Order: sequence, then C-alpha cells, then structure tokens
Amino acid sequence: MRELTYNEAALEAIAEEMRRDPTVFYMSTDALPPLLNEFGPQRVRATPITEAAFTGMAIGAAGSGFRPIADWRQVTFCFVAMDQIVNQAAKIHYMFGGQVNFPILFRAGVGGGGRIAAQHSQSPYSMFMNVAGLKMFVPSTPYDMKGLLKTAIRDNNPVISFESNRLLATKGPVPEEDYTIPLGKADVKREGSDVTVVALAWLVHEALAAADELAKEGISVEIVDPRSLVPLDTATIRNSVQKTGRLVIADEAGPTAGFSAEVAAVVTEDAATFTRLKAPVKRVCALQVPIPYSPVLENHVFPDRNRIIAGIREVLQGRRSAAAA
Amino acid sequence: MMSLSPNLPPDKQREMLRQMLTIRHFEERASADYLAGKIYGVVHCYIGEEAVAVGVCSALDRGDRIISTHRGHGHCIAKGADLNRMMAELYGRQTGYCKGKGGSMHIADFGIGMLGANGIVAGGIAIVTGAGLAAQMEGKGGVAVSFFGDGASNAGPFHECLNIAATWKLPMLYVCENNMYAAQTAAAATHALSDVAGRAAGYGIPGVVVDGNDVFAIYQAANTAVERARSGGGPTLIECKTYRWRGHTERRGQPDPRDIAEIEAWKAKDPIALIERRLREQGELDDAGLQSIEGEIMGAIEAAVAFAEASPFPLPEQATDDVFAA
Repeated sequence: MRELTYNEAALEAIAEEMRRDPTVFYMSTDALPPLLNEFGPQRVRATPITEAAFTGMAIGAAGSGFRPIADWRQVTFCFVAMDQIVNQAAKIHYMFGGQVNFPILFRAGVGGGGRIAAQHSQSPYSMFMNVAGLKMFVPSTPYDMKGLLKTAIRDNNPVISFESNRLLATKGPVPEEDYTIPLGKADVKREGSDVTVVALAWLVHEALAAADELAKEGISVEIVDPRSLVPLDTATIRNSVQKTGRLVIADEAGPTAGFSAEVAAVVTEDAATFTRLKAPVKRVCALQVPIPYSPVLENHVFPDRNRIIAGIREVLQGRRSAAAA
Repeated sequence: MMSLSPNLPPDKQREMLRQMLTIRHFEERASADYLAGKIYGVVHCYIGEEAVAVGVCSALDRGDRIISTHRGHGHCIAKGADLNRMMAELYGRQTGYCKGKGGSMHIADFGIGMLGANGIVAGGIAIVTGAGLAAQMEGKGGVAVSFFGDGASNAGPFHECLNIAATWKLPMLYVCENNMYAAQTAAAATHALSDVAGRAAGYGIPGVVVDGNDVFAIYQAANTAVERARSGGGPTLIECKTYRWRGHTERRGQPDPRDIAEIEAWKAKDPIALIERRLREQGELDDAGLQSIEGEIMGAIEAAVAFAEASPFPLPEQATDDVFAA
C-alpha cells in the first residue's frame, strides 16, 4: 500500500470531502496552498487573525446550511475563541431544542516536542471533553487521520480534530480507495496479555516501542488507541483491562482532571473490570506544568517510551512472585 | 429626523404599528407572568425599544437572517415568530421553540431566519456574520442582521466582525440598539465616543445614527443598508438611539441607577405613540381602528398563554435529548 504522511493524509481527506460536497469550505488564518490551488479563495479562505470571529462565523455558516472547517492551527490559538466554542458551538443545538444542526470541523495542533514553549504547546483536550456537545478525536496514524477526518466532516455536530504536532511528518500506509473510521471506535494497535496501555497520538508510537522492548523479556503488552475521545469507546478499554488485569495510561497532557483520569474512572467504576484489576492503575502523563522551551526542560516534562516501560514494570511488580506463590 | 412621509403603503405602516404593539403587550404579559412565578429564571423586556426591531425587520425578506441578544423577544416577533411557541418556551414547556431547553434568552426559529437570542453579550455577532458569509456564498441576495447593544460594541467580536465583514464585503447590517446602559452601567462610563456609529469609520464602512424611537427613520436607514448589502456593497453599522423603560431584567429588587426624570423623559418619546400619531395625521388610523388592532393582539397573547398553560412540561429524561444531532 502507498504511504502518506500524517499531514498529507489530512489534506487528502479534506480535499476529497470538498470535492464530494460543495457546502464544505475552509477558514484559517492562512490559506493552505494545495487546497487553495484546487478550490480557490471562495472555499479556502484566509481570515484575519481573529479566531473568535471565524469560529463564530463557522457556527453561523453551519446553521445556514454549510459544512465549514475552521482550522485554529495550534490549539492554544483557539483559547481566544472559547466563548464561541463552549457557549455557542457546543450548546446551541441543544439550547435551541435541536432545531438545526451545526456541522463543523475544527482542527487544532496539540502536543509538544517542537521547542516552541507554553503558548504553542499543549494538549488540552480534557478541557473540551468536559463540555457537553462537542465530539473530538486524536489520530495517531495517517490511516486514522484520513478516516476520522472524513467522518468528522460528514458528522452533523461540531467535531474537534486534535492533531499531534510531533506526528506531522510520520509516514504510514493509507489506501487509495474511499474509507471512513467511525467516531467512538478504539483501535487495538497491538494485542497482548499481561498489561493494557491506553495511549494517544505520539504516545501510541512510544508505547509500541516500549512493547517491543518488553517483549524481549517475555512481557506481553496490549496497546489500545481510543482515537476518539468523545464519544469514547469504553467497551474496548474495559474488555482489554478485563483480559490483562493491568492498566497504564499514557498521555502527553498533564494528569489533573485529564483524559487519563477519565480512563481510570471508566475502568474502576465498572465492577466487572474493577474486580479483574491485579494492580493499581498507573498514569504516565506530562508533568503538570506549562510546557517549557529549553530541550532539557521540555524532554523532562513529557513522558516517553522509557517512562512507559517504567510504568508497566510498576504495575507488573509482584507478578512473578505471585505466580511463584 | 422628521420622516412624516415614509413613502410606505398605509397597510405596511399599520403592520409596523401592530408588530410594535404586539411586542409591547407580549412583554407586559411576560413581565406579569414572570412576577407571578409562571415564568422562570430571568426575563429582559424590550419595552421602549420596539421601533428598532420592527423598523429593521420591515426592511427584510423572510429568507434574510437575524440574530438577537438576551433581550430578544422583540426581534423574534418582528421576524414573524409564533407567539404560542414563544410563550410556551417562556413557560418551560415541551411545545416551546426550544422544547423548554432555552427559555427567554434563547428563543430561536431558524425556519424564519431567526438564528436565536443569545445570552452572551456580543456572542451572536460572529455567528450572524457567518450567516452573512453563507448568504454571500449562496449568491441569492440574502442579507444578515446582527442586533446588539451599546455594551456589545465594546467587546472584541464586534470589532473583529466589522473588520472581516468590511474586508469581505459581507451583506450585513450591524444594528446597535443603544439604550444608553450596559446592564446597570451607563454607556458614557464604558466608551469615550458619543456615537457608536463613529466606530464604522475605523473599518471603512458607513455608520449611521438614527432616532431609535422613530420606526420610519429606522426602516429607511435599514432599507438603504439592505440595498447596499444586497448589491454587494458590504456592511453598514446603524446605531439606533433608544431607551429601555424597564430595568435590565424583571427581577424584583434589582438596582436601577437611572434617574427617574430621565426615564420619564424617554417615556414621553414613546415610539408607539409616535407611529400612532403619524398614522392618525395621515388619516390612516382612528380610535376604532386602533381598538381593533389592540383587540386582535390581546386575543393572540391570551391564546398564547392558554396554549402554554395547556402544554405539557418536558419529561425529565428529555434533558439528555439533543446534546448531539443524529
């Protein structure tokens, strides 16, 4: 199968959907050249640097029969548009009694690794998960990116695509033919039996590397990539933990009230899963700090394969002695 | 400011009067029922400002889109909303426009181009600017109207949207209802300009000041702006100088820092009395005619209340419906 980068897969998904549906149009503070060349400035609009305005305009255009894509670029830029995202986009379908739909795709770069410091590096998806009325996903591969984006553009709700800055140039197989990936369906990226690692985006790849490493010692790691945060595929997560009895959650965001906390709750408040747990749940997250600039500091803040390995060893502690007893 | 000969057919003038009276009486009833505990939360009355919604909406077609504010009943009525479903929404019933999920501050009727009252000051301006973009992309000559107050004109979205609408020549009317107070705070304490319309110059678009109690003057200004918008000329900022007769909300015991003499002076400039007088001067309205219009309106409002009272409340479990669209 041919390979595309994460970024190329996104552009291909958007171009295909724009060809398919003339109501889809794109707004961002700079027009993306490949889209602009194909679709022209009416459908690929460069806006003033006013995220609040063009986020709200996306809502109004959606309520008027269009399917706008509003690209915030870095997620941190959308914080100036929080009223439009939280008070308006998320709520108005419900608040108006479901009269009309607001199909909008928001795109936002997340994560760290770029040495661009606190105002350009963040993974704040749990802030948005907390707001009823928004769907959202975090692709980890070019294949997932394309399939999820196409689904999101066709969805009748506001959907946020959180796209990992670290993965933009990562290549992976993407079929030529049309396909979509439903929201709310996790993907088991690697099957295993000793421990479940639930990871997002770049940390899926770090978890895969960790699993390869531990396989040499006979430790079998299952990796669940939820892909979609809202809706969240709780069944796949619970089934995996029921099988392995151990859970490590890896997230580029800090732990406090985070996605990782939600997954821990999903597992522990379900009796059938809780009773299978053989060890406390372990979270491997970023430190709860603004993201610093200097590589020494930034590397220290984020989890990586080594911290995932350490986390897995922690939840496996006592396994052999228990087996021996 | 004199627009004694509005060049409007008498039927259209009487229709404007009828809409203004409908708003006035609807608000009086909403206030009374709120104070009687039949309507919940908060109600912001539009009494005193009726000429703005009616004057502007009279210049629009059904397919044109508007957005409103927390003080939104008047815009709904002027755009043609159904009184029964409005009242049922205030009463929190299943048959309300929002199935009881919105209440007074969130009435919307997308079927008539009413994109919703909005409880966040300046929150609707960007949304309706998107509706203006939609109208431009549709290419059918539609326009979109943002109603907002003097308070919203100090907020970021107002400025961002005027800039983008001017740059993209969006078919927009930005209608500032300057009632001189942002909640309890006087406009003079929140911005340095005497006219909000003066801000238009900063965006290279026309800014017009209108007597906000003169429905014909407002209609004429709106009509000029609508023609400009429909023909691709871009947006206009219209500032309507008006006044709310009542407090910021209907809540009892709420502070109202305004001078009684100021309130009385504005009541003497009643926008409804003004249009009545003009119709009488033209020989197009007499006591019997007025009584007939009033009778119809009171009947419709009674019917709306009866409809609301007879309508079921939502089922508790319907609280989880419509979070997401199918």
